[in-house]
Amino acid sequence: MSDTKVAIKDLYKIFGSNPSSMIDKVKDGISKSDLLEKFGHVLGLDNVNIEVKKSQLQVIMGLSGSGKSTLIRHINRLIEPTSGSIVVDGEDILSMNQTELRNFRRSKASMVFQKFGLLPHRKIVENVSYGLTIQGINKKEAYERSNQWIESVGLNGFENHYPAQLSGGMQQRVGLARALATDADILLMDEAFSALDPLIRSDMQDVLLSLQEKLHKTIIFITHDLDEALKLGDNIAILRDGAVIQSGTAEDIILHPADDYVTDFIKDINKARVLKVSSVMNNENSIKGPEIQDNVIIEDALQTVSKSGSNGAIVIKDGKKIGTVSLTDMIMAIARSTKNTDSDTVYR
Amino acid sequence: MAHFFIREKKLSFFVEFPKMGRADLRDFKKGIDESFKDFTREYGEAIEHFFDPLLYFLVWLEKLFLNTPWPIIMVAIAVLVYFGSRSLKLTIGAVLAFLVIGYLDMWEDTMATLAIISVATIVCISVGIPIGILMARSNRAQTLITPILDVMQTIPSFVYLIPVVMLLGIGKVPGLLAVCIYAIPPIVRLTNLGIRLVDKDVMEASEAFGASYSQKLLGVQIPLALPNIFAGVNQTIMMALSMVVIASMIGVKGLGVPVLRAISNQYLALGVMNGLAIVVLAILFDRVSQKFGKRLQAHTESMK
Ligand SMILES: Nc1ncnc2c1ncn2[C@@H]1O[C@H](COP(=O)(O)OP(=O)(O)O)[C@@H](O)[C@H]1O
Ligand SMILES: [Mg+2]
Repeated sequence: MSDTKVAIKDLYKIFGSNPSSMIDKVKDGISKSDLLEKFGHVLGLDNVNIEVKKSQLQVIMGLSGSGKSTLIRHINRLIEPTSGSIVVDGEDILSMNQTELRNFRRSKASMVFQKFGLLPHRKIVENVSYGLTIQGINKKEAYERSNQWIESVGLNGFENHYPAQLSGGMQQRVGLARALATDADILLMDEAFSALDPLIRSDMQDVLLSLQEKLHKTIIFITHDLDEALKLGDNIAILRDGAVIQSGTAEDIILHPADDYVTDFIKDINKARVLKVSSVMNNENSIKGPEIQDNVIIEDALQTVSKSGSNGAIVIKDGKKIGTVSLTDMIMAIARSTKNTDSDTVYR
Repeated sequence: MAHFFIREKKLSFFVEFPKMGRADLRDFKKGIDESFKDFTREYGEAIEHFFDPLLYFLVWLEKLFLNTPWPIIMVAIAVLVYFGSRSLKLTIGAVLAFLVIGYLDMWEDTMATLAIISVATIVCISVGIPIGILMARSNRAQTLITPILDVMQTIPSFVYLIPVVMLLGIGKVPGLLAVCIYAIPPIVRLTNLGIRLVDKDVMEASEAFGASYSQKLLGVQIPLALPNIFAGVNQTIMMALSMVVIASMIGVKGLGVPVLRAISNQYLALGVMNGLAIVVLAILFDRVSQKFGKRLQAHTESMK
């Protein structure tokens, strides 16, 4: 497909003294713990297949040690795969030589790091223009372009400070501005907000979303936090022991978790904030009520419906009625545990 | 009978260390000496010429220090100390110390010592930092060079004076060489260490933005290793100063010469005065370079 930006195919990564000798065992399905115990190799990535569409925000989620950092570092080849292919804009990353790879990193894909990775001996404006000066752009132009990005992440006035003089949240704004300044159309973010306090993290998520509305970058965003994943992700892939166990939209994952691991992940989530009315929509003529857009989340829909005192709402899309939702269906959708086996206990 | 002899032989094996025959040993040592002498005859002159530029530089610097009127030198010292340390107290202390040194008739020797220390430091920096960078880049180089540095630091200096003197005779260059051999290890070690200690996350960020090898080295590694490299420079200067007396044994002018004379003639006052002058130089170099080093890490230190 033409709007695929990043395609990762059959990707395996094994850490150890002789990874290629282990590849057959991994392909035969040896578990991560067996591989480590019996052969002393660490399974980093296990047959990963992901396609990221242009201008989408792809979230990759998993617990610590599940291989998230390993995966994202394959996209700009900070880590070499044991086998598999990575294609960006139709171009095979793995066939690039050193110079081509360097140019790819300079202009195509930039990165934001969990621990910020700022240069402590350089001022904020020098940090933001780092990618530009690496490309050989002269200082004056680099600073001018950087100052725009410093402004767009809300750091104007801090151009001549040093990173150590800024709080964690501000430092990551610098990290974000530095990544945006190169105009790369792929943004790789490895737990970029995980080191920040909850309130600041939420701020940064909003900053990212509002920038994305204007910039339409292809973003690959790593997190171990489901709330963050649901808030940001157009698409979410869940990683366990190096393998993708489910991939889909936030609604897909909440309505149809692939296995117990995912169910466990989502059990504490506030579904009313994620599910949209379209997910519980049907067509019953008995329902009368206010009109609601199909992409409104249930939390908001419930408020509208209960204020109007009706038994449901009419769902509209592009100004036309496409169905109805009942009050009880909405309540059930957010109350019901998504696993059928214990749904009985909820209803009793 | 035979039995007895065997016991006798066994005993002597335990009592006396089995050693090389006297004649063999003599031939062995002679062989080494002869071949080194041959080497000296063959290449001595070429090696001497190789060091000629260094000699000219040292002589020029010595002359410069000695021929410049002392008040100008004094002002230069005050300016350097002040800009190095930004401390008025230290600047006044330095000026006073040099006034006393001059008043006690040690000005010329002090200038000669300053000249050789300066040249030795420049040589150590320009050779030592590249070696340190090489060691930081390759683990193989590190395992190869580390034992050599250990030997250079622990071998008694008199031992390597022998081949140096055989090769280059007595004079300024062999003296300078001896000082450098002794003083270069700290700067090599600390350059290596400093680069290896650079934050992995910062290095990865640099790599991710497509920095080339030299962009990483000059833009990230060296600047972030600078406080450590500077600590190495400081130690190198200190060690060079402590070699002043030994270097004077093979013809280097400076504060070491009167100390040597004092030892052989039992002149207590002369020895102590010149010794203290060396101490004063050491303290000044140390304080100034430490203050300067502190300023270098102003921004790097407080990063989380
Ligand atoms: N250089 C390495 N050598 C050996 N094992 C590694 C290396 N890097 C990562 N791993 C292992 O690979 C797995 C995935 O690590 P990582 O990608 O850092 O996980 P995450 O980012 O999801 O926490 C872990 O088990 C980790 O121990
Ligand atoms: Mg990680």
